[in-house]
Amino acid sequence: MEFLRPATWDEALAAKAEYPTALPISGGTDVMVEMNFDVHRPSAILDLNRIPELRQWEIDGDVVKLGASVPYSRIIDELSEQLPGLAKAAHTVGSPQIRNRGSVGGNLGGASPAGDAHPALLAAGRDVFVEAVSVRGTRLIPIDEFYVGVKRNSLAADELIRTVHIPVADGPQQFSKIGTRNAMVIAVCAFGFALHPKNHTVGTGIGSAAPTPRRAVEAEEYLQGALEERGLWESGGLLGAEVTQRFGELVKAAASPIDDVRGTADYRRHTLAVMARRTLTWCWNDYSKQIRSAA
Amino acid sequence: MRITFTANGKPVEADDVWEGESLLYVLRERVGLPGSKNACEQGECGSCTVYLDGTPVCSCLVAAGQVQDREVRTVEGLAEENGELGLVQQAFIDAGAVQCGFCTPGLLVQTDALLDRDDQPSDNDIREALSGNLCRCTGYEKIMDAVRLASARKCAGKGVSE
Repeated sequence: MEFLRPATWDEALAAKAEYPTALPISGGTDVMVEMNFDVHRPSAILDLNRIPELRQWEIDGDVVKLGASVPYSRIIDELSEQLPGLAKAAHTVGSPQIRNRGSVGGNLGGASPAGDAHPALLAAGRDVFVEAVSVRGTRLIPIDEFYVGVKRNSLAADELIRTVHIPVADGPQQFSKIGTRNAMVIAVCAFGFALHPKNHTVGTGIGSAAPTPRRAVEAEEYLQGALEERGLWESGGLLGAEVTQRFGELVKAAASPIDDVRGTADYRRHTLAVMARRTLTWCWNDYSKQIRSAA
Repeated sequence: MRITFTANGKPVEADDVWEGESLLYVLRERVGLPGSKNACEQGECGSCTVYLDGTPVCSCLVAAGQVQDREVRTVEGLAEENGELGLVQQAFIDAGAVQCGFCTPGLLVQTDALLDRDDQPSDNDIREALSGNLCRCTGYEKIMDAVRLASARKCAGKGVSE
């Protein structure tokens, strides 16, 4: 096994081109578990810890460009206002020690359906992009095209994730996760939800209930229709039980979970409907308050 | 491969390090710092918690090659320079927060980091800060006592003498 230690981003790209099977490591919170248990022995490890730009974020217009290695603890401390859904998801990752090392780039690279960042990224809207870079150039992969299978993503072998582009929140966002305790929990099931008042859309993201993280498309369309039809974006009025109920059912229907050691498919479907109703209600209550206080 | 880094203020080097080896293994088996404990090897238990460049991390999840030229501080580094126990260490002993002792090194480092950031944490803050450190002797109440005691002593003015 080789241990590659590029000092710059260009060196990292050159190394990934030369060793396409090299496994990138940043926080190591996934990679080292596989190494310690001998699950996976890559030909080479590509250490990204020495590349400072991966640990930075910037706001460009209405978009946060989040460096792939910015640890979850810094997302919570520094970006809770701009990316509330992702910050809430980050808060449920592992433990403080894990949050000090783990990052969104690692969640995306691993592409586990249980990754906590995914539901929040999907819910943040369709204008979330993964910046994938290689010596051949840069491409922005829409988040809806990023996850392609269980632990598989659409990165090419010579590509590395540099940043994730996430729109700055323009409305309330929530994240909910089912587990056996409040810390150190891999999600039994998770759900991200966001209101996007500027373009009158809503975002959803389902975790741990399908081969990949996925969006509840019909639930989004139903809710957008209901909000529009009743003029609720303008009024901030009550949603009503019928809307939240139907939304929950459609989110549930969008999942295709399996039975496994963490929970049954039935339980996952049930929790999704509950989490969908709750997160929608929390977000809508916040939104209504904003509308009323602005009036 | 060879790696060199700083451990508890002193330069150390380790030779013939396997590329997939963890920092924890290097500390325990190669540079004579067995204080950090090896339990779960997957970041679940916190027994191996050390400071890496001032941030508490699970040393079992840091690749050895990643610590080249960086600073590590282990539980051994929490003691005073004259070898006396540090404030947090003494508080754990005085509160009876050590049972089998396996989780203790990680708890000490994590508590040290907590009190460094906030020397008057609420009980909820303490529970959250220590949520990644498992004790299987069911000693959490004494551990809570120890952190409160360390906090009180830290606020009352330095030292472990009462």
